[in-house]
Amino acid sequence: MTTIEVRDVHQRFDDFEALKGIDLTLREKRIGIVGSNGSGKSTFARLLNGLVLPTRGQVLVDGADTAKNGKAVRRKVGFVFQNPDNQIVFPIVEEDVAFGLKGLKLPKAQRAALVEEVLDRYGLGRFRSHPSHTLSGGQKQLLALAGVLVTRPDCVVFDEPTTLLDLRNARMVARVIAELEQTVIIVTHDLKLLENFDRVIVFDQGRVIADDTPGPALAHYVERMS
Amino acid sequence: MSGEYQRTSVIHRLDAGFKLLVLAIAGTGLMAVNDWRVLAFALICALGLYRLGGFTMRRAYEQVRPMRWILVLLFVVQGAWQSWDLAAVVVLRISALVLLAMLVTLTTRSDALIAAIEKMLQPFRRFGVNPAKVGLAFSLALRFIPVIGAQAQEIRDAQRARGLEANPIAVALPLVLRTLRMAGDVADAIEARSPYDDDDELPPRFAEKAASTPARTSCTQTERQLETSSISRSLPL
Repeated sequence: MTTIEVRDVHQRFDDFEALKGIDLTLREKRIGIVGSNGSGKSTFARLLNGLVLPTRGQVLVDGADTAKNGKAVRRKVGFVFQNPDNQIVFPIVEEDVAFGLKGLKLPKAQRAALVEEVLDRYGLGRFRSHPSHTLSGGQKQLLALAGVLVTRPDCVVFDEPTTLLDLRNARMVARVIAELEQTVIIVTHDLKLLENFDRVIVFDQGRVIADDTPGPALAHYVERMS
Repeated sequence: MSGEYQRTSVIHRLDAGFKLLVLAIAGTGLMAVNDWRVLAFALICALGLYRLGGFTMRRAYEQVRPMRWILVLLFVVQGAWQSWDLAAVVVLRISALVLLAMLVTLTTRSDALIAAIEKMLQPFRRFGVNPAKVGLAFSLALRFIPVIGAQAQEIRDAQRARGLEANPIAVALPLVLRTLRMAGDVADAIEARSPYDDDDELPPRFAEKAASTPARTSCTQTERQLETSSISRSLPL
């Protein structure tokens, strides 16, 4: 189980302070992050695998500092972006999944087997030779997830994974996420997605205003938003 | 990039590096020739290669179709201002070059193409060239041509819906801004998705054989859901 420690993190972009002194220890298996637009939740998510480095404070993933051991942290923590179109970097489905393994000293056959395994697992096997831009929104999101999971991270951070999807695809992606064995941290506006989670953290104006089990945390959030 | 490399013609089976080399030699040769009859013969040979690759003539025409008006304009301008012989030389040369280049991309997997480019660039390492980065740049170019095309169409549709007819500047500005914003996200994604450096040792999590690796999830319903996806039914393959 991955433990992420966030110690007195401040994040500033020019004159705007996106995060103001966040102190959290994340070790639950299912963690939801909610908050209004501009509340700092996406910035917080990007801190967790070192995509954004804190202006002040520290983020430690199993003891590894994101500022000093970025690569090591990214091996443990995968990241799935909101828009899969921006995450898929190769033109063909199977080539894109293989991208995460580039650089590893893996025999060709084993690399192909890993790619095949993850494509089959998410029902993308028959699209393996297809151009990625011809997939549906849900399939693209699954492809983005497959591209992350092929590197076998211990934890996956999702930044609003269902926001751009229709109801059917959103449900499909939600079910896939629910079945993951990895630790999952999701930034989302879809509160239903978090019903069975272990913990929900509510952000507002760069601060944590609630941190609890889904029931009380979401009730607090809904009350705050109304 | 339509996935047609799945076919198995002689051209499909040729090594990607060899195809790129032949393309480079043919390109140089076409630039050196100034006789329209020889260039017309080269164009016929290029079309013959499409047949050999299992493509119809219509498919070959589709490769030059997007630039047909530019070719017509070139022919008329060159013919009127220079000579009709030269006009034929220019148009035949460009057409043959484009057809050959497109034949290479149609019949070669993009990962094989990129691997070949990376291999060819190895000698330039000593001058500071990073072959992997150049290969990735080629891959991104291939990947994002349809994405940027779709965005341009989206912007055109939105402008038409608001009563603005075809205006290249009105399309270009938002398209450039969108593309720049997307470039930032793509850079982040590449960073997030490439946790391994060249020559990294195999981590323990990959030590066991892939085939015998138990799945970390058991998403039994996904295949059925994908089959009922309305969008997946419209896949053009």
